[in-house]
Amino acid sequence: MATKKPETPLLDQLESGPWPSFITGLKHLASDDDKQYAPMVNSLLGQLEHSYETRKGYWKGGTIGVRGYGAGIIPRFSEASDKFPESAEFHTMRLMPPAGMHYSTDLLRELCDVWEEYGSGLIALHGQSGDIMMQGISSDNVQPAFDKMNEMGFDLGGAGAGVRTSMSCIGAARCEQSCYDEAKAMRMVINNLLDDMHRPSLPYKFKAKFSGCANDCVNATHRSDFAVLGTWKDDIKVNQGELKKIVETLGRKGFNDQVVNMCPTRALSLNDDDTLEIDNESCVKCMHCINVCTKALSVGDEKGVTILVGGKRTLKIGDLMGTVLIPFHKMETEEDYEWLVELSENVLEFFADNALEHERTGEMIERIGLVSFIEGVGVDVDPNMVAHPRTNSYVRMDGWDEEVAKWNERKGQNSKTAAAE
Amino acid sequence: MSEAQEAPRMPDECGVPDPQQYMHPTLKKNYGAWDWHDRPQVGVLHHVAKSGDEVWTVKAGTQRQMDIHTVRKLCDIADEFADGHVRFTARSNIEYTVADEGKVAPLVKKLEGEGFPVGGTGNSVTMISHTQGWLHCDIPGTDASGVVKSLMDAMYHEFKHEEMPNRVKITTSCCQINCGGQGDIAINIQHTKPPIINHDLVSNMCERPAVVARCPVAAIRPALVNGKPTLEIDEKKCMCCGACFPPCPPMQINDPEHSKLAIWVGGKHSSTRSKPSFHKLVIAGIPNNAPRWPEATETVLKILYAYKEGGKPWERMNEWIDRIGWPKFFELTGLPFTKFHIEGWRGGRNALNASSHVHL
Repeated sequence: MATKKPETPLLDQLESGPWPSFITGLKHLASDDDKQYAPMVNSLLGQLEHSYETRKGYWKGGTIGVRGYGAGIIPRFSEASDKFPESAEFHTMRLMPPAGMHYSTDLLRELCDVWEEYGSGLIALHGQSGDIMMQGISSDNVQPAFDKMNEMGFDLGGAGAGVRTSMSCIGAARCEQSCYDEAKAMRMVINNLLDDMHRPSLPYKFKAKFSGCANDCVNATHRSDFAVLGTWKDDIKVNQGELKKIVETLGRKGFNDQVVNMCPTRALSLNDDDTLEIDNESCVKCMHCINVCTKALSVGDEKGVTILVGGKRTLKIGDLMGTVLIPFHKMETEEDYEWLVELSENVLEFFADNALEHERTGEMIERIGLVSFIEGVGVDVDPNMVAHPRTNSYVRMDGWDEEVAKWNERKGQNSKTAAAE
Repeated sequence: MSEAQEAPRMPDECGVPDPQQYMHPTLKKNYGAWDWHDRPQVGVLHHVAKSGDEVWTVKAGTQRQMDIHTVRKLCDIADEFADGHVRFTARSNIEYTVADEGKVAPLVKKLEGEGFPVGGTGNSVTMISHTQGWLHCDIPGTDASGVVKSLMDAMYHEFKHEEMPNRVKITTSCCQINCGGQGDIAINIQHTKPPIINHDLVSNMCERPAVVARCPVAAIRPALVNGKPTLEIDEKKCMCCGACFPPCPPMQINDPEHSKLAIWVGGKHSSTRSKPSFHKLVIAGIPNNAPRWPEATETVLKILYAYKEGGKPWERMNEWIDRIGWPKFFELTGLPFTKFHIEGWRGGRNALNASSHVHL
């Protein structure tokens, strides 16, 4: 029997225009009269139209989970279920996608089949933390749907005060600017923290994100407590023949305007013969010249990562930027990846032990100071951690000589290592 | 317990799936060994591996909240035109990779024919990163998908053409938590009135000390109303951020009239050229005008076209404004500059002009 279709004059206006319309998609589902999800989607459209009329949301949270896990389902119960009873329960299941969000069509079709059988037929690819959001399922169907998707190789993602689903850029799979194996690093770090994702008991959420270079395509710097950004230590590689071709295309003025003068540390200079001179010691690996000259310039060989901590969005104290914790660590061997896993564990553990309730890593660092934080996680001070040294003399410095001795000792060790290499 | 009774199935904590099994074979073969890339046309990337292998990637926009028919249609296109593999970007664009250049044109034609715009590469306006809104969030002041649909309709040309100084990343957020994130342009809810409290429900629904602790300006305190324990707000202190609403739904912050939209510009995630930056307020008080949000769309276009006109190649929104100065920005966009644009939060003096550098 055909379900009664709600009147949706406001939503209907979102079907015109050239961009793909989610309303058209919802209506398609609502018209699948022989499917179990049609009544739920009709009801959902009714409630959404009601939201558009009244400019209010009508969902509230609750507690829904799967056996063995304490997170991963976003419960949604309707506060307007008297009017829209078939979507009274409309939960989202968060799934972690394959790193880099690669899919075979077989895998996506299998997901669709599960969602046709148990869910609303609505899937968001992807949420802001990188989850596949299977949107709209009744409480009773959550467990069987999870069992099927879990058997396909999918695991639930994070929610609440725990480790959250992560993202890594396309990186090594397709991008020559990739400076480490982003997918491998992401999977090693996150898969080691699953207990804190599936059974959340942290002060608040903890996000890690993995970008292969300073272009930061997954927005790690702003959007994660633990941001891993690819970089390199040696010289930018230059193919002077290809470079001359770019100078020819852009013209000298164009090349100077668009490449040389946009270098943030004035490390570039166009020679009289249209070759490029690079002051590699001043280069901060910002990627700009490499972005413009993709064939002529490329990242160096001594690749690794810079790690920033404490990025987050507005609540509670305002937006915070991630700041440098590890200026550089090479990423070559299995031990390097294990080092990264251990560091992420230390940072998470310090956060779990020291943050106040509902405090993010960045807020905790702002409260206790970066020095207490790095001492807690066992990282040495480094001038790359600051935009500039202190400008305020209000600090007690009677431990000065000991700190200088530590610095000199580290410097001695570093030069010994360098000499050995 | 009878032997026939099965133990309940416990989850396989398999974690993040390995992408190698799903990615295009040419990507898998050349993993970590790429050489260079270029963009032969808008919406198409061309990558060359050190082995000499080449792939072409066609990028198309989607509505993000997709019905299974749409997902299956995208899969059909991949099976017929693109070797059976797809990936998604962080901004909900779909990418088809092919190892044969001859497959690009038919794939582009098919996608366009099915209503998926090809574009979003390089210096275009790519898909808006957004949140859930009225469709699924428990605290939204507005919708997400509808705002994004309206804006992307208006910026359709800019998605399909690379005519901007540099890439433009736009975000929307349905509350002041700003889940949409930082953007070159961010369209976010800004509440303008304190929450309206249903005192009958507070003691049953809210963990009161946690709600008190959640307020950024310590404006919430315990109270008794009609003999019931509840919470009250010092409305002189309250700056209407809505932080109390998620942990305490009876403190309703959303208001059909007084929850407005504000637009912020100059957020940048990358460390490319300039250091990353946060977006800055440029205009508030825009009505939350469903279903098409015409006032917000008009303002976004005004800002976008000023940048398109004035930005130099490779300058992101914030870098363009850094060069021309804020007075010029407000002049070019015709937006008003008010006392609300001046930062008053902690560290706010750092946002003042401590120099004699003025734009006259």
